[in-house]
Amino acid sequence: MPSVSKGAVPERKSKARAAQTRRGLLYALPDWAMIVLLFFVPIALLFIMACSRWSLMGGNRGLNFPDNFIAVFENKLFGQSILFTLEYTVIVTIFLLVLGLGLALIVQESSKWNNVLRTCFLLPSATGLASASLLFYALYSPQVGPVTKILSFFGLMDQGGSVLATGQSALWATIIVIVWRFSGYYMLLMMIGLQAIPGDLYEAARMDGAGTWRIFRSVTLPLMKPTIVMCLVYCVTGSILAFDQFFILTKGGPNNSTMTVVQLIYNFAFDSKKDLGMAAALSLLVLVALVIINAIQMRGMRDNTK
Amino acid sequence: MTTPLWKRIVARVLQSLLALAFISPLIWVIVCSFSPQPGSAQSSGWGVANYLTLFGYQEGLPVYLLNSVIVSAISVVLSVVVCTLAGYSFSRFDYPGRNLGFMVTLSILMVPYASLLIPLMVWYKNIGLNDTLLGVGLVITLFQLPMSTFIMRNAFDAIPKDMEEAAMVDGCNSFQALLKILVPVVKPSMVTVGLLAFLEAWNNFMIPLYLSSSGKSTLPLAMVNMRQQTMGVIDYGATEAGVVVLLIPCAILFLALQKYYVKGFMAGAVKG
Repeated sequence: MPSVSKGAVPERKSKARAAQTRRGLLYALPDWAMIVLLFFVPIALLFIMACSRWSLMGGNRGLNFPDNFIAVFENKLFGQSILFTLEYTVIVTIFLLVLGLGLALIVQESSKWNNVLRTCFLLPSATGLASASLLFYALYSPQVGPVTKILSFFGLMDQGGSVLATGQSALWATIIVIVWRFSGYYMLLMMIGLQAIPGDLYEAARMDGAGTWRIFRSVTLPLMKPTIVMCLVYCVTGSILAFDQFFILTKGGPNNSTMTVVQLIYNFAFDSKKDLGMAAALSLLVLVALVIINAIQMRGMRDNTK
Repeated sequence: MTTPLWKRIVARVLQSLLALAFISPLIWVIVCSFSPQPGSAQSSGWGVANYLTLFGYQEGLPVYLLNSVIVSAISVVLSVVVCTLAGYSFSRFDYPGRNLGFMVTLSILMVPYASLLIPLMVWYKNIGLNDTLLGVGLVITLFQLPMSTFIMRNAFDAIPKDMEEAAMVDGCNSFQALLKILVPVVKPSMVTVGLLAFLEAWNNFMIPLYLSSSGKSTLPLAMVNMRQQTMGVIDYGATEAGVVVLLIPCAILFLALQKYYVKGFMAGAVKG
């Protein structure tokens, strides 16, 4: 008799397990369906397209590997856009990290006044990147915007000129948009990091006679390292993929001097080449680069949290 | 150790100037959209002529607004439903393939959508989703999945298991337990997920740029196209009015739901 009940228990257990599996999979099904149909299939298609002669109008005309990649590497805009994207990434990252931390230090303590400041700094982060770019496009316009008038008043610019007219000033004008739009966001991330630092540490440092600067250097900065690394990761990956802001403000001009890598994908596909194969090849290169960067950074972050 | 008064005053003044620098572009664009400007519909006196221009542009503002609302609604509903179910599955059920499912969902984060739009464009033509609002909403939802599933799984993980076990003993099945017991508890996280999806769908420019024609444009795309198509003469008044229309829902949501905003940002902060 006992052997029967012994046999029944595992059977019921395995039945319960099967039910668990069925239910679990069922609830995850919509997630899986989206991933397979909209993520796996396009990635597979990306590989095929990158290796095929595939024009915008003509469609698929068969494999041609590695012609698309050679065409991308030989395009003079390829190297130029990588350099420009990197230059932009470095400048934006420095500005956003410094400003983010600076603003966080200003509004760190909770008070009515600081809450007002926080809201002001954060409000631009609520706008979309495209709307922020359009807003500054109007601000920079010589017809209606105050920027040209102010700069020409100080003799820094011709009357009726535009800051978007030369490559270098267009780069800085775009950086200002991004800094305006994202500083509050990085302030928030930095604030979360600051709040995790125990207050007694500051207390102890002050007791030892450390000044404000010394406390910042010896207490705040080292303890903020994980947060700063995390912000660095976001900022670098976000900036490498820059598109909206340049597309709207400069369209890569003047003279392709503000062409980013992701803009070049669009340019290959719809403007200069009308070649989806080349655009796919460049997309694939961007994808591989980003996956490598993400993998390195995730490993770095894991080591940091240990 | 109190700071002297003059130092505090100087600090306040500098802080005010800094805050002003951040909000002045927003104030400027709102004021200018109503103010008289040569070369715009509102050439003399104050008024809403710029907004009326928007109504008359191509398909008209209501069409683009409706497109944006539809894409946003699709993205919000799909993100909340799919991620709540997936979070429930990955948190509460123990089965082979669970971790794989979660890892694959998170791996979407590694792939920038900028690199998938070219094949998506071709793939959509094959399955009849090209130039549809549903297609745009689906892609936006896809890229919300990793972060939002992560948020939802954490929300479910924070609830003790006895809660729904008690309900199941009382005869509820797992779906009833989810709806009646768990959803009320994880509602704040669902709001965060919905908010993130709305902001992305409302503001995204690049996805509709690749996947939509002008009749199916969402508002940001229509505003950018409008600026380019006026034959060299740019109607800045209309552009400013368009920016204001785009900003309003974001600003209202931001001021009303600041708590959820911060939560969403924080969820982003732990995604690594």
